[in-house]
Amino acid sequence: MNDPMARSRAMVRWGAAITATALALLAAVMVRAILYTPVEVHQGPAQKIFYMHAPAAWSAMLAFSLVGIVSAAYLILKDERLDRFAACSAEVGLAFSGVMLTTGPIWGKTVWGTWWTWDARLTLTLFLFFLFLGYLALRAAVNDPGERARFAAVVGILGLVLVPFIHLSVYLFRTLHPQPVVLKPSAPSLPSDMLITLLTSFGVFTLLYVGFVTWRYGIALAADLAGGDDD
Amino acid sequence: MQPDAPVLEVRGLTRRYGRARVLKGVDLAVQPGEVVALLGPNGAGKTTLLRVLAGLARAEDGVVLVRGRHPAADPLAARRAIGLVEHRSLLYGELTPRENLAFTARLFGLDGAAVAAAVERLDIGKHADLPVASLSRGMVQRTSVARALLHSPSILLLDEPFSGLDAPSAARLVSLLGARRAEGVAVLLVTHQPEEAWSLITRVAVLHGGRVVVDRPRPSTPAETSRLYHEAIGG
Amino acid sequence: MGDAIRVALAVAGKDLQLELRRRTALLAATVFAALVLVVFNFARDPTAISALDLAPSALWITLVFSSEVALNRAFHAEAEHGALDGLLLAPASRGGLYLGKCLANLIFVGVVLLVAVPLFILFFNLDPTTGWTGVAAVLVLAAVGIVAVGTLFSAMAVRTRFAELLLPLLHLPFVVPILIAGVQASTRLLAGRPLSEVGGWLRFLVVYDIVFLTLGSLAFSTVVDE
Repeated sequence: MNDPMARSRAMVRWGAAITATALALLAAVMVRAILYTPVEVHQGPAQKIFYMHAPAAWSAMLAFSLVGIVSAAYLILKDERLDRFAACSAEVGLAFSGVMLTTGPIWGKTVWGTWWTWDARLTLTLFLFFLFLGYLALRAAVNDPGERARFAAVVGILGLVLVPFIHLSVYLFRTLHPQPVVLKPSAPSLPSDMLITLLTSFGVFTLLYVGFVTWRYGIALAADLAGGDDD
Repeated sequence: MQPDAPVLEVRGLTRRYGRARVLKGVDLAVQPGEVVALLGPNGAGKTTLLRVLAGLARAEDGVVLVRGRHPAADPLAARRAIGLVEHRSLLYGELTPRENLAFTARLFGLDGAAVAAAVERLDIGKHADLPVASLSRGMVQRTSVARALLHSPSILLLDEPFSGLDAPSAARLVSLLGARRAEGVAVLLVTHQPEEAWSLITRVAVLHGGRVVVDRPRPSTPAETSRLYHEAIGG
Repeated sequence: MGDAIRVALAVAGKDLQLELRRRTALLAATVFAALVLVVFNFARDPTAISALDLAPSALWITLVFSSEVALNRAFHAEAEHGALDGLLLAPASRGGLYLGKCLANLIFVGVVLLVAVPLFILFFNLDPTTGWTGVAAVLVLAAVGIVAVGTLFSAMAVRTRFAELLLPLLHLPFVVPILIAGVQASTRLLAGRPLSEVGGWLRFLVVYDIVFLTLGSLAFSTVVDE
């Protein structure tokens, strides 16, 4: 396992396996959500999309936080693996925020009667999407690997610091998003059937994130090795 | 610091440029009062080496010691000790030589007298108040040298300082550097034509394939140096 | 700290000297700001939306886009002939260099605003006595925040391909919280509400400025030192 090329192939294999497992589980969660979880009284069947929307949001936020934290670690340790991880996490995060941005309006149209509202969390998601895009565009625009890593790390850290500012300003701007339903200090207000489905879906999306990133990391490692030192 | 301890020393220095590893373990030491001519084919990493020594680029591996100390321990002191002339002028084209030097002086915490002295020393006088962008190559080069010498550094890193200079200006620069050498300033001179500063040079080093392959006292003639150089780079 | 201030003043002084030497950038940015205001006036149906309703948006869009113009050229002079390396060779703290560039950009934006705001009052028929001390304070706090992040990103963007596109792409998400705070506060102030009513937004801007100026001072070395 000391051969980096073998390591990258192993990561691709593991990533693919984890992703496949997560996708199978996701299908199971969807079946449970659609067939076996009761229809929410006020929102109707459209509420089902929530089982995908909220966990995708969670994975995007997870990806974004890890980009920021790992970027800070990169600036201290200067380990190129951290930079590679941050890049992979950003790409995967972009995909998840894309899912969130497509499922959000579908739900919004049925429940709120409008495709888009500038509510706090939906807007934050949109910004995560833009920040991921900016981060990846910057990476693509810098040639020198060391410089690329340093610049990207700065943007990653600043982006994470920006999140509370966006959240607060948009929240004060106006909000009509449903209040957090699970992580309230009091007992969860979702019926337990729905809660189990939702929590399972959170787990599945986290696994999906792990699978995607592992897979992507393996590919990135192989690409770096192939492009490697011109000694 | 011992009397003849090197003022500038690198050991096992490595550095990439983009993906290519340009420096693969450079060892070099320069004593006070020495003028080391650093020769090497294009792309040998001479410019990269100067940038690392000047603190503009980080060494990936290996040790850099400026006056016996790691520059990171006191970066401001290390920068005060070093003067750099690059192939780029490092000047603002829209400002005049005098304004450029005055700005450098402010950054170094020097007063206006230093600027006036530098203008005098390099004979920039009659062009000192025209924008740098309108000056001849030689005059820009003189201003660059004045910029590097402004804060009286104890180490001079010079990348082809004679390029663009006419014979009188080159002679003037040689005598200027000679005076600095006599004061104990250490000079690392990257050049293609060591004969331009022949009387100054005390030692010759050749950088090839990312390593210093020759490091010896100056041979007696430029022809001998040239022979040595071509032998070293296998050309 | 005293050293950082000395360096910052030297850098800002040099940048202003350069600006005065060429003038074109400052002049172009000012004309650009005036044009944005004019465009904004015609980008509405006057029978449906009164000028007053649109006024704060016009003001803030003008500030944001003028700032992007200023920031885009902030490091051009440094990139030519390796002048930035000349700065880095000096025994000057990177935080000081960053603050100097910020100060120069802030003055640039300030000069543009000094022309744009009277035009804005004129074009939108506003009462120049209502709320303007408060709005001026909000504009300054907002400009500091915009410049704090923008200067750092500009130093990066200038070293990349497509610098002019990349800077706004990276920077505008960071401007939005400032924009929200600025529009909310200035709308109320222009409507004659007291300053105390927008205290929350002012505090928001102050915190933003402090956080990102601090981060910028720390991160500048990471950006410019190889």
